[in-house]
Amino acid sequence: MKMDRRTFLEISIGGSLGAGAGITFSPLPWKITDDLSIWTQNWPWTPVPAEGEVSHADSVCNLCPGGCGITVRKVEDRVTKIEGREGYPVNDGGICILGAAGLQLLYGPWRVPSPLRRAGKRGSGQWEQISWEDAIGEVVKKLAELRGNGKAHTVACILGSDRGTVPHLFARFLKAYGSPNFIRSASSGDTYELALGLMQGATASVAYDLEQASFILSFGSGLIEGWGSPVRVIRAHSMWRSGNMKERATVVQIEPRLSNTAAKADNWYSVNPGTEAALALGLAHVIIKESLYDSNFIRNHTFGFDDWGDFTGKTYTGFKRLVLTEYSPDVVSEITGLSRSKIVGLARAFAKAKRPLAVWGRGKGTTSGSLYECMAVHALNALTGNVNKPGGVSTLPPQLTEGWPEVYQDAAACSGCSMPRMDGAGTDRYPFTRCLPDRWPQMVNDKKNGTIQALLVHDADPYYTTLDSAAVAKAFASIPFVVSFSTYMDETAHHADLILPNHHYLERLEDVPTPIGLQKPILGLLKPVVSPQFDTRHTGDVIMTIAKELGGTVADAFSWEDYETLLKETVGDNWDTLEEAGYIEKTDYTPPAWENAFDTPSRKFEFYITALDQAGMKIGKDLDYLPHYEPVRAEGDPATYPLTLIPAELMRLASGAIGSPPFCTKSLEETELKGNDLFVEINPKTAADHGLTEAQPATLETPKGKAKVLVHLFEGIMPGVIAIPKGLGHAAYDDYLAGKGVNANSLMGVVEDPISGLCATWGIRAKLSPVGGHGHLG
Amino acid sequence: MPLAGFSAGLVVCLFVGWLVFPQILYSEKTQPIDFSHKLHVDEVGECDGCHYFREDGSFSGIPRLASCVECHEEAVGEHPEEAKLVAEYVKPGKEIPWLVYARQPDCVYFSHAAHVKMAELDCVICHGPIGDSDHTRPYQYNLITGYSRDIWGWNIAGMSKNAWDYSQTDESGEVHIDSPARMKMDDCAICHEEKGTNDGCFVCHK
Ligand code: SF4
Repeated sequence: MKMDRRTFLEISIGGSLGAGAGITFSPLPWKITDDLSIWTQNWPWTPVPAEGEVSHADSVCNLCPGGCGITVRKVEDRVTKIEGREGYPVNDGGICILGAAGLQLLYGPWRVPSPLRRAGKRGSGQWEQISWEDAIGEVVKKLAELRGNGKAHTVACILGSDRGTVPHLFARFLKAYGSPNFIRSASSGDTYELALGLMQGATASVAYDLEQASFILSFGSGLIEGWGSPVRVIRAHSMWRSGNMKERATVVQIEPRLSNTAAKADNWYSVNPGTEAALALGLAHVIIKESLYDSNFIRNHTFGFDDWGDFTGKTYTGFKRLVLTEYSPDVVSEITGLSRSKIVGLARAFAKAKRPLAVWGRGKGTTSGSLYECMAVHALNALTGNVNKPGGVSTLPPQLTEGWPEVYQDAAACSGCSMPRMDGAGTDRYPFTRCLPDRWPQMVNDKKNGTIQALLVHDADPYYTTLDSAAVAKAFASIPFVVSFSTYMDETAHHADLILPNHHYLERLEDVPTPIGLQKPILGLLKPVVSPQFDTRHTGDVIMTIAKELGGTVADAFSWEDYETLLKETVGDNWDTLEEAGYIEKTDYTPPAWENAFDTPSRKFEFYITALDQAGMKIGKDLDYLPHYEPVRAEGDPATYPLTLIPAELMRLASGAIGSPPFCTKSLEETELKGNDLFVEINPKTAADHGLTEAQPATLETPKGKAKVLVHLFEGIMPGVIAIPKGLGHAAYDDYLAGKGVNANSLMGVVEDPISGLCATWGIRAKLSPVGGHGHLG
Repeated sequence: MPLAGFSAGLVVCLFVGWLVFPQILYSEKTQPIDFSHKLHVDEVGECDGCHYFREDGSFSGIPRLASCVECHEEAVGEHPEEAKLVAEYVKPGKEIPWLVYARQPDCVYFSHAAHVKMAELDCVICHGPIGDSDHTRPYQYNLITGYSRDIWGWNIAGMSKNAWDYSQTDESGEVHIDSPARMKMDDCAICHEEKGTNDGCFVCHK
């Protein structure tokens, strides 16, 4: 057969058609299609827990002070889900987004895998893995050297809180070692604790009987956003709404911005930011003027309501006169921007409610705030006599580590502990305050109380959370030796010299004290529900080892074999119950009756704070002894910075020391975070005045810093005010978590409260200028 | 001439599609131990002697080494496979990496409790008379998806057959299951439809 061109084409075309038909009538294309689709639905590189036995274990979440009970679902030794624990007194099955994302924190790439020693420049991210023995050895060597040179007091510890056995171990360590510098991270609890100390003589934290309150007046508290013990408050909120307390409770939100809480409230009153104290006093004015207060409580159990005279015959102005003369609805309307009729109406509704409760603590309560403002709000609860009563505000004494032997201090410890603190707390200027977490960077930078030679950080991320990030960075740079005990590569760990990583909270045993704001004491227990994923160690054990290696009286203060022994001994007879049930609740706890509730100099609830004089604070004017409105200035010149920047806390973002894992950030709206670009909210009117449009890139500038942001027009924010979400702009952790948005703390400064020295900042002056382009930042 | 080309193309491609392609698509592994179900069923009892439900209702699946150790801490017989079990797995305390013929893709949610306890299906309905077999058969897996060939079924055309249709008893009376069942979505759907149970997507794809 001759193969010419034509034959060739015929055979080729015929062959191709035949091949096509052959393939079509074979299983090949259909099977491959099916397999490919299965393959794409099950990418082999997507991690999937191995098959195995499913089990559940109960523990507690400690990612925030909420202390929720959790149930962890596991497949073999792999945690696959974290759920709220049914029947747990705090959250009864509920969980928040961060709690559910605890899984990502456990397995994410931000874990510190082993002890690390800095290998490059600070913050360069270059590390060298070292053994535990070497890591502990280095800390011991440095601390021994400082103590030997009479510099024990130059060592400081920053912790997330001062409650629970591990923080107590740190405090004990410092006491035995010889440093006064124990610092806990800032929270609204700092100020409330002080207000309770001054007005009620209580060493306690505040407790709210939210579940039984019938009228909740919130001065900017993010009740839905994650205030106090977040899941518990949200549960209380749904009770108020659904009225399963028989009557529906009324919720009024005072806030310059339409937050979720404001949106869900019965009434939302937008007041000029920073004027909340004036509003509280304006309400007090109406309540007093119209005799709507609880006269029995006021007459028998308070001091300084009326004018009073001392034994020399000198008379002093009481709260009543101050409020009646200074805070008429007209005056307060002028200050707050809220109409006279709304002020009067709100005061009447509040005072006439059965169980009215005024709550304080801005946002999630991650900043301390103004003492007078807190006292003014607390005074409202006193006026209605809703103190230590069901549906009211009460106090919860700290759970002390009873039974620990006394610390014997040698000469070095005594002299070290007698030195002034690095933050100035407890000095003549701020005699009442235990620590000033936002003040120390400035003090260190100004070399006010000498220098800090070594800083140990546990369960806190001061590098990220402290306001005025530039000052914080400078202060860190001046500290020669920074040790982090962090589980995660957070900002502080990233800028440390040595990291001695703690077990993750699902890998360790630890007590969890009563969640913030709860009215009954509960002791929860963190249990190791999964074996340690990395070469980490319990910080309780590590700090004891350090103490033991230091020797002498420091070692003597830690006679326990290990942390577990100490915890069991501390809990004592209740250990078995705690271990088995996972918590101990003192259901029979009730706050003391009014007769013996107040441990002030007058033995009464004090509107007039006599304790101020006793501490030798010669303030002078009557006014300063009474809750009053003292404007906390927003830093910055209004001419340069025409707008006011306030932080906004969102329910889907963690805004404290723990970075929000992708599970949280992915849930944000595209008007909050788009890619890595952060939106700030601004009223459309103000935007128009400044030539800004929706999604426009802009430069946000405050006296403390500058950032590129996108603009979101939002009718729900007061004109002249800009809101920036808190909890973004992490620079450490890893690529999944870092580089998203801007850290709001970097744009804020510290404004000191005159009495407490705590940070009273609520906002800062700012300007927002368009930078051209649209949609995203270059 | 074009017809000759067509026929040649057709024949070659039919050959490739039906006979060569399955050879390329699947690869084969042998189980770590040649296990006799028959022997164990005689000793231990029904399927649920080893493949039991836990207290919380979850299904234990393939037994862990611990179950084997209950009897085979030391070799109880002379069988070389048992000696292998003891030497390679029991002594070093290593789990046996069994290859699971019936494992569904990860996107499928399947509850044994719902099928065995509630719907009272016999194990044989899906798994065939595996309890009668004397040897483990080779585990074939798909090179694209990585899943067991049993899911698609051993008929490359995807013709549906029940597992037991493929079992063969040889002269000595040993049962071999050469080409077991299909376990594709359609097979689930047919039964769900017949029984009138929910066949919504979310039942199996959570
Ligand atoms: S509210 Fe706090 S304690 Fe509760 S689950 Fe969320 S992060 Fe954890």
